[in-house]
Amino acid sequence: MFVLILAFGCVAAVLPVLASRIGRGVFYVAAAVPAAAFIWGVGAYGQISDSAPLIEQAAWVPQLGLTLGLRFDGFAFLMLSLVAGIGVLVFLYAGSYFHAEPIIGRFAATLLLFSGSMVGLVLADNLLALFLFWELTSITSYLLISIEDEKTAARSGAMQALLITGMGGLAMLGGFVLLGEAAGTYSMAELLERPPSGSVVNVALLLVLIGAFTKSAQVPFHSWLPRAMNAPTPVSSYLHSATMVTAGVYLVARFTPAFADYSVWRPLVISFGLASMLIGAYRSLRQHDLKLLLAYGTISQLGLMMLLFGVGTKESIFAGCTLLLAHGIFKAALFMLVGIIDHQSKTRDLRKLDRLGAQWPVVTATAGVVAASMAGIPPLFGFLAKEEALGALGETGFAWGVPVLIGVVIGSSLTVAYSARFVWGAFGPRPVSMIPHQGFVRNEAVGQQVPKPSKMFLAPVFVLAVLTLLFGLFPSLIDPVIARAYASLVGVRAEHHLALWHGFTQALALSAVAIGAGFALFSWRLRVEKLQDSMPQVPSAQRGYDRTVKGLLEGADAVTGFVQHGSLPIYLGVILLTMIVLPGIPLLSDGVMPDLWFADSPMQVVVGLIMIVCACAAAVARRRFAAVLLVGAVGYGMAALFVIQGAPDLAITQLLIETLGVGVFVLAFRHLPADFVRSKFRRSQGVQIAIALLAGVFVFLFTLFAIGARTEPSISGEYLDKAYSEAGGNNVVNVIVVDFRGFDTMGEIVVLAVAALGVAALVRAKRSPAEVEP
Amino acid sequence: MTQRRSVILDLCVQAEFHTLLLLSLYLLFAGHNQPGGGFAGGLVASCAFGLRYVAGGSSALSRSISIPATTFLGVGMLFAILTGCVSLLTGHEFLESAIFSAEFMFIGKVKTSSVLFFDIGVYLVVLGMSLLLLQQLGGADGTDPDEVQP
Repeated sequence: MFVLILAFGCVAAVLPVLASRIGRGVFYVAAAVPAAAFIWGVGAYGQISDSAPLIEQAAWVPQLGLTLGLRFDGFAFLMLSLVAGIGVLVFLYAGSYFHAEPIIGRFAATLLLFSGSMVGLVLADNLLALFLFWELTSITSYLLISIEDEKTAARSGAMQALLITGMGGLAMLGGFVLLGEAAGTYSMAELLERPPSGSVVNVALLLVLIGAFTKSAQVPFHSWLPRAMNAPTPVSSYLHSATMVTAGVYLVARFTPAFADYSVWRPLVISFGLASMLIGAYRSLRQHDLKLLLAYGTISQLGLMMLLFGVGTKESIFAGCTLLLAHGIFKAALFMLVGIIDHQSKTRDLRKLDRLGAQWPVVTATAGVVAASMAGIPPLFGFLAKEEALGALGETGFAWGVPVLIGVVIGSSLTVAYSARFVWGAFGPRPVSMIPHQGFVRNEAVGQQVPKPSKMFLAPVFVLAVLTLLFGLFPSLIDPVIARAYASLVGVRAEHHLALWHGFTQALALSAVAIGAGFALFSWRLRVEKLQDSMPQVPSAQRGYDRTVKGLLEGADAVTGFVQHGSLPIYLGVILLTMIVLPGIPLLSDGVMPDLWFADSPMQVVVGLIMIVCACAAAVARRRFAAVLLVGAVGYGMAALFVIQGAPDLAITQLLIETLGVGVFVLAFRHLPADFVRSKFRRSQGVQIAIALLAGVFVFLFTLFAIGARTEPSISGEYLDKAYSEAGGNNVVNVIVVDFRGFDTMGEIVVLAVAALGVAALVRAKRSPAEVEP
Repeated sequence: MTQRRSVILDLCVQAEFHTLLLLSLYLLFAGHNQPGGGFAGGLVASCAFGLRYVAGGSSALSRSISIPATTFLGVGMLFAILTGCVSLLTGHEFLESAIFSAEFMFIGKVKTSSVLFFDIGVYLVVLGMSLLLLQQLGGADGTDPDEVQP
């Protein structure tokens, strides 16, 4: 399995080089990798049973006890066949979608990387590895949406997708860590087998759900998905309908058998899922761009999947697995169809497309089959899935089962309506539409003759259409796969089987109601449109996102403006006050005064007096130059004290530093006036003096107390003993600097070098750009 | 404000300059057993260049050394890091010291430690830093207001 995931990355690495040689052929090369993954999956599917998945382990960071576990079970196979199977078709499709654009190498490589990340995501057993692959899909999604980077809309759409899913991913990581720590394991299988308890688990689940909701574009985090439609259609078809957006659903499906009974799980997942289903379908009815219509439809379908897995009964999990597969097949096909229309007629606005149906009968028939599957019309696979869903929700036995069921029926009828709108909009006559203040008008049409798409272009769509028909007519073909996926989630074999005809059941009646209501909505579309226009504008999620980002930037500006106002005296004051207050309080409460004595030798008294006088003089000096010289004199005095104490090394260093320091000060002074500027504000000068005095007193007291605070024996003795025997040096100070504390010195010289470069850069920056040599 | 160069100062600095550099090297090499070390040595060398600058301005400084100051910084860092890495490669801890001794003709037994290379790194970084400050703050590119004419 590791080899499989690595293969995606390795092939992706050579694709850009290959693209310059063979052009569009790279897509066919790339298609081989998901094809291999699919074949491997089918082979491995034969080796696993309901209770015995395929497991691979590798040490990841052994020091931290991290193992990278991969786990291939029935549900992983269901997801893998979606990711790899649709992946193959998308690569074949992209081979016809693109011409010889220069971006194709980069595009194919990124798409293949995404594919590999997604395979990793569905195979990962370790939660942290899952998070890693999860973020990799977010990043590759970002790169793919913005692949045409000269388009502003593509860039901002990509950024929005990354920000929202990235934020969710971080929340999810927090949830994973809480869960992993509570359970004592980061293996998902072990976690689900023995779910931890306690209030922290509810918080963790909430965080995980935020991750799942953002990734699966649930209301109110859905705004990124419509904007991601700026990506080329192969991306929309692959990432933003069939695979990546189902990652959140995948996670909920994995977690729901273990966590459905926790207090946050059902209410949250069901309410968010239902809201997404209804709002997505409602908004879908308003769209004129075929891609956006499908995007809102995807939000709606993802909502239904969330809801089904969130309910967490056995029947609903079975229905969820069916819908996951059915949706992947029909939605990928529909997006590919939009791509074909867009590619051939250069528009995907249903107000401009005119009677494509008459020109492309075969394409229209295919689209009809696939859209009917989405609408849940018998005998297609989508019908089976919706039937399962309605059946499962009718038997929950929960008090809220009935309202949820009614909501899903309403959502389903909206789905029927937008499916019909899709087919009619793409292939039917130009619509009459309502434009405010102009009444009903016919829109301009695109060219009457639209070139027919090639057979290669259509082939992937055909394959998917045939699948959705075959699985609908002969459910026994796919039933074992779904049953095994179900078994690997729930742990027991399904007693239930997919069937086209279950008899006259409540679900069938509800299905009929939904289809009837959907077609009624469609036939009254003008009235519906008018009604939708007259509805009060609800706050849109897009505006919410825009405001959040704007607020964040403005907030950051305000904070920066407040904290970094550029006044040196205030910076210095804040630093000094922090230094005084933070250690000062514990110092005054716990400090121990050491035993004091006057002096060791008369020389100390003399030198000390000179230093005190110089320091006082420096404080009151008018001229900067005089002040610096006086400060230097204090430093020389210090060196003299070192000499008296018998520390020649310190004395030498102190002396040299003072000398050089005075020199550098003088250089810096050429940029400043000779005299200190007297502050015009008496009060601020008073504050400055007070802070300076406080800082002086503090340093004095701190040094005193520090001497008295020794609780452990000094390490000087050890240094003295070992300096010659271990480091071969007689000069202990030097041995400490370069050997015992060599690492510190390393850090210090790095700081010195960086500071010097920083000063140089600042001095250069002050000069006008023309003066700086290029 | 161009002003005349002080001849006495100039001559004194010329006499002192190389002595100071020699002293700085002595401090560097003696540092392990006697007072001194890379830091003190680097500072003495910096003072030598500082004197050059005081006597002759930035043109005298740039005449006395042609290697860019940043090269000193970089080579110094390289010395320090490589010393650490060599001890890593020979299977010791990072920066762990090793002691070498050898007999030389006329000189006798010379004993030194691998930390000497580390100390050379410190020396070069300190020197590079002060040179960079002198050049940048002193205006090495001809913008020096205190430039003196010979």
